[in-house]
Amino acid sequence: MTPPDALLSVRDLRVRFTTRHGPVDAVRGVSLAVEAGRCLAVVGESGSGKSVTARALIGLAGSNATVDATTMTFEGRSLLSLGERRWRRLRGARIGFVLQDALTSLDPLRRIEDEVAEPLDVHADLGRRERAERVRSLLGDVGIPDPAQRARQYPHELSGGLRQRALIASAIAAGPSLVVADEPTTALDVTIQAQVLDLLADMRDAGTAVLLISHDLTVVARMADHVAVMYAGLVVEEGPAAQVLHEPVHPYTRALLAAAPTLDPRGPAPTQIARLAPPTTGPGCPYRSRCALADARCHGELPALRATGDGPSLARCWHADAAEPLPTPAPRTVGTTTSGRRVVLEVDGVSKRFRVPGGGRRRAVDGVSFSLRAGEALGLVGESGSGKSTIAQIALGMLGPDDGRVLLDGASWSELREPDRRPHRSRIQLIQQDPLSSFDPRFTVERIIGEGLGQPSRRGAAAHRSRVVELLHRVGLDATILDRRGPQLSGGQRQRVAIARALGPEPEILVCDEPVSALDVSIQAQILDLFDTLRRDLGVALLFISHDLGVINRMCERVLVMKDGAIVEEGPVGDVLHTPRHAYTRELLAAVSADPATGRTPVRTGPTSVPEGRPT
Amino acid sequence: MVTTRWWLRRAGLGVLVIWGAATLSFIGLHLLSGDPARIIAGGGGAVSGSSEQILARINEQYGFHEPLIVQYGRFLGQLARGDLGMSYQLNQRVTTVIVDQLGPTVALALGAAVLGFGLALVLAVGTAGRPRAESLFSTLELLFVSTPSFWVGILLLTVFSFRLGWFPVFGNEGVASLVLPWLTLALPITGTLALVMRDGLQRALEQPFATTVLARGATATRLRLRHALRHALLPVLTLSGWTLGTLLGGVVVIETVFARAGIGQVAVTAVNGRDLPVVTGVVLVATVVFVVINTALDALTRVVDPRLRGVPE
Repeated sequence: MTPPDALLSVRDLRVRFTTRHGPVDAVRGVSLAVEAGRCLAVVGESGSGKSVTARALIGLAGSNATVDATTMTFEGRSLLSLGERRWRRLRGARIGFVLQDALTSLDPLRRIEDEVAEPLDVHADLGRRERAERVRSLLGDVGIPDPAQRARQYPHELSGGLRQRALIASAIAAGPSLVVADEPTTALDVTIQAQVLDLLADMRDAGTAVLLISHDLTVVARMADHVAVMYAGLVVEEGPAAQVLHEPVHPYTRALLAAAPTLDPRGPAPTQIARLAPPTTGPGCPYRSRCALADARCHGELPALRATGDGPSLARCWHADAAEPLPTPAPRTVGTTTSGRRVVLEVDGVSKRFRVPGGGRRRAVDGVSFSLRAGEALGLVGESGSGKSTIAQIALGMLGPDDGRVLLDGASWSELREPDRRPHRSRIQLIQQDPLSSFDPRFTVERIIGEGLGQPSRRGAAAHRSRVVELLHRVGLDATILDRRGPQLSGGQRQRVAIARALGPEPEILVCDEPVSALDVSIQAQILDLFDTLRRDLGVALLFISHDLGVINRMCERVLVMKDGAIVEEGPVGDVLHTPRHAYTRELLAAVSADPATGRTPVRTGPTSVPEGRPT
Repeated sequence: MVTTRWWLRRAGLGVLVIWGAATLSFIGLHLLSGDPARIIAGGGGAVSGSSEQILARINEQYGFHEPLIVQYGRFLGQLARGDLGMSYQLNQRVTTVIVDQLGPTVALALGAAVLGFGLALVLAVGTAGRPRAESLFSTLELLFVSTPSFWVGILLLTVFSFRLGWFPVFGNEGVASLVLPWLTLALPITGTLALVMRDGLQRALEQPFATTVLARGATATRLRLRHALRHALLPVLTLSGWTLGTLLGGVVVIETVFARAGIGQVAVTAVNGRDLPVVTGVVLVATVVFVVINTALDALTRVVDPRLRGVPE
């Protein structure tokens, strides 16, 4: 597949880590090629080896890694057995590297100008004035308004989008011919995400090769010319972006595409990753433990990456030619009407102001009213800083509103004194974005969940434990993890444990604050399924906060769109997402409308030089 | 703006701490020590009848017969002018006694601080992220921290002065006489700071920005010195306030072990002789040093970490 004019070409890349528990093969024979002015996307879930691949390509796989390949050439020279000094001459100068989350990827103690200019300091010997000029023009190039002033600031003084732009400016400072971007937009709001992707697309159009690493198919659909899907250290499918995203052949790619929450008006697609299992080791196809098509041959022999039926795509699957339809579970029924049911949570004209550093007050929430009915899933969507989480805190009674009030089941809630409220706290529970940091790291799973059940009496200990196990079963886990601690669980398991903990006191309402934002799409789909099941079986109402419209579409009947502390639009999900009335809703939709099924969007969300506000 | 307010606030706090220390010393001086006139007259034991006149004269001269509140007011007034009163025993002004002995002590403490910090820097930067060197040196540093300094001092004296004769056994004669005391004082500082600094470096090197820096083509050394070290300095600065405080206490022991003149000796003599104005003076000097050092370190922390600057505390 290597085109003769490839800028970067790798054949049979293998990366092995030596760990205390023996060797781990993170990358097991990956071949890639990137041409100038093109974008290759490597897609996969965490642990698929995509980031390790990216790091191996700049010689930073780590000191405990062994990197091997049959060929690995960049700009016509071999990268194999390159000494550290030669590597350094390439890094930053010929290959730029952009990491996820610029807040931690830029040195927080150094000025933006010093961070951006570092590749120049290392590779070019510029005079003071020349260096300052270069930094200003770079910041201007990536669409940062008022570059001279921004250059003197520190990373924490810039908004997330500006920070990511600064990080990109630093990656391209020395004029590299290849930019490797590892999850460059994952930590950003959708509208900012779109702007950053447009910036990368502009660079590609200007002739830079882009290697994009992402777990997010929406991002890939917007940007990539060519896509390689990785699973368990192997490329399982690759080909032109349109082909892979429209006519996926490998069951994993198909499942990934189905799992991605979309804005499809026909409603949410059923989840196709039926079982969650770690990649299988040993001979045979690593996906077999999760694959609905797996048969004896899949267990015995690893399929080769080979051409599929009619297209230029390659897939690593015994069943690729057959293209059998995946068995699909029955479609989920959304829209069971809840309009006649009783209101369990009523938020009435609530406002909240916060003091800001340097004096003054900022309205975080401004006259918000809504009601949540029993068994309903109400979505609350908006960007960071829009006041979503403040609403969650107020609904939970953790924060008192300045104006307005909250009623729980028709009785006063926000106006109660804490001792009067405490007996009722069990009725409304919280599920957070990052479950791990909401667990005491010294607590076992049993204790984490058991805490919400009250102190067991000595005689009740067995009943207590069986209740914990029952809750674990309810969220799709079993008793084998009772003695584990938070850090020993996978991301999906952690969120399940957090949900089990919230269910312990038998609440009527679950407040879910970005509960799936930190998860891979396939895991995300399973957690969303779990929420559905819980709602159906237990009749629990969900206040579902997310910045992701696809997730809201998948989960909720009604949605509230929040901007700057106020609700700008509300209504049934179908109406709001497909006939949005407010300009802001349209802007949010445009930013995500490049969904994997429809390909790249022609809509650009405003010029790339839109000045962004300071973080709030 | 925020910075000016910060400085004003810190200066106010500093004055408050010094005033507190002065008041506590005054209370100690007058409530806990018996009759100061007898101490001045000598011995503090039984005084014969003819000496009653002397005592009366002393009371008159020092104003001990006046009400405490008046004495307190006068004490603060003198203090504001930088006057710490007369020593009971040395027949000198306390300020003179202290200023005369300050030089050797400052040379000792400052040298030890610089040496301690420098050694810690070399140890931490050199070994962070290198597992073997790290476990070896952190054990060594733990040893430095946990060995009492008088014992280290005696060991060093035995080896380098008595056996090898490289350095003088005691005295205040030039740099040669300072080397062993410096080393003795510096080792526990080195131990503490190196452990904290290495930990800070380690954490910084694990941050995502470390990968970014390497991906720009920077050398590992540049990453350590230009990036990680600044991060590691933050906890070190916080700890240094405490470390330098213990240095003041350490000086007393070291000056005794090495028989050096200095504030430590002055303090020991004054405490033994119940020469309370001198004790008060030493306490106040120590307080001032402590306040100044800690304010300076906090200011330095704000220089190192820009994220703290916008926050008015």
